[in-house]
Amino acid sequence: MGLQRLTGVASSIYSFFDKTASIGEMEARKLRHDPTELITRAVQPALWLLVFGEVLSNVRLINTGNLTYLAFMAPGILAQSVLFIAIFYGIAVIWERDLGILHKFLVSPTPRQALVLGKALSAGIRALSQLVIVYALTVLVGVSINWNPLNLLLVMVVVILGSALFSTFSLIIASLVKTRERFMGIGQVLTMPLFFASNAIYPIAIMPGWLQVISRVNPLTYEVDALRGLMIVGGSSSYGVGFDLLVLFAGMIVLVIIGSKLYPKVVM
Amino acid sequence: MRSMSILTSEHLCRSFGDLKAVNDFSISVENGEVFGLLGPNGAGKTTVIKMVTTLLPPTSGKASVGGFDVVHNAGDVRRLIGYVPQMLSADGTLTGRENLMIFAKLYDIPKADRAVRVEDSLEFMDLTDASDKLVRNYSGGMIRRLEIAQSMLHRPRLLFLDEPTIGLDPVGRRAVWEHIQRLRNEYGTTIFLTTHYMEEADNLCSTVAIMHLGKLAIVGAPSDLKASLSMEDATLDDVFTHYTGHILESGGSFRDARSTRRTARRLG
Repeated sequence: MGLQRLTGVASSIYSFFDKTASIGEMEARKLRHDPTELITRAVQPALWLLVFGEVLSNVRLINTGNLTYLAFMAPGILAQSVLFIAIFYGIAVIWERDLGILHKFLVSPTPRQALVLGKALSAGIRALSQLVIVYALTVLVGVSINWNPLNLLLVMVVVILGSALFSTFSLIIASLVKTRERFMGIGQVLTMPLFFASNAIYPIAIMPGWLQVISRVNPLTYEVDALRGLMIVGGSSSYGVGFDLLVLFAGMIVLVIIGSKLYPKVVM
Repeated sequence: MRSMSILTSEHLCRSFGDLKAVNDFSISVENGEVFGLLGPNGAGKTTVIKMVTTLLPPTSGKASVGGFDVVHNAGDVRRLIGYVPQMLSADGTLTGRENLMIFAKLYDIPKADRAVRVEDSLEFMDLTDASDKLVRNYSGGMIRRLEIAQSMLHRPRLLFLDEPTIGLDPVGRRAVWEHIQRLRNEYGTTIFLTTHYMEEADNLCSTVAIMHLGKLAIVGAPSDLKASLSMEDATLDDVFTHYTGHILESGGSFRDARSTRRTARRLG
């Protein structure tokens, strides 16, 4: 009996992750059929690195320690471009509701947590394209990248986790506001504060005290911190990459649990 | 001890604020029949479907599918049913085959059987030739047939079709009718459909229930209902007028009209 129960549990765990993966796979297939949006998404990080970054590195206004300003901000821009896409992911939830795709997912015997985690993974898959773009731009502006395979792998993990976290946050907002118009308004309001109240384009040390507090609880800070330790030659993480990963992972799990409670309400 | 009824509802009610969308709705659907829920837009048909497909909890009353309560045993209910929402819910950015594959996974069809099941469903719905085309290039009738294929992959005992022919041209509509009938004849699937086309219900359904302003007006076989009117050549339109005291045009709202037209536009 005991063994039977154990295999039952094992097979439902397998089924859970199999379903999560298949939702992610669907997203990858969509991207393969129509990769045009990946190209348009290269524009924003290009502006930040090629225009903003080049100009600011000439004035040498910000003390970034042993790193050049461009080397300092490159991981920040990767995190930012991932954030800007993930934070609007909820619009897809509303869109799928309007199309009835969401109804069909929810009528299937798929655990809600697997649906939400699958959506988070989908956002992570999309974010990997930003990684390629920002790495190319970083090489272009002459910053030395750490090509150690382990570092590359960990950067991918950080990007997927960061994207999963913010896209699930976005899914929660979409589940609460339920309409496209309200969602777009809130999305606009959120992105810039999340970006500016982080260590993405300047160190926390030069912020006023109140902003430092906000930055410390902003998950984006930990994403940037991990990337800064992994991506650039000579870069270092302030909190430790392991701790950063832990924060991102724990944050994602909490949001997935909340999200899976709210997600079914979108169709009600 | 299996009851002949696959679906029963007892005094089902659902309110949205002050609006009683469904009020004291009690029906019984027999195994193997084609059951039609009729009524104008805004009569509460979709709200009934959402409740019996586990998407929306009733305000009061209860419903069960195959003996399982739709609230307390939602997981068991979901394994027994298939659902095609009113909106066009196939994913246009995937191919027909990919649309089916994802649902084969979400419905726990064993890996070894998935490919065969998908091919069978494609063939059954006459979509084999178009299976590798992106769904956004399909005609409206083909999309509807693909959605029915998606919903029957796991061989549900009860299939819900919400306005299956809305927005289709006469050719597409007839093809959908034929496939619904074949589904019932070959697999013994019980069909529960909503429609506001009375002549469609007359052709397809063994039992019809007429709904008006959230309430059930009358249930019976189309021929019996028509015979109950002391009128020659009575149609279901006449039945509707007789039992509700209204002509069919009444009802609906801006929201319904908008969503119907949106569906129609996507089909056109």
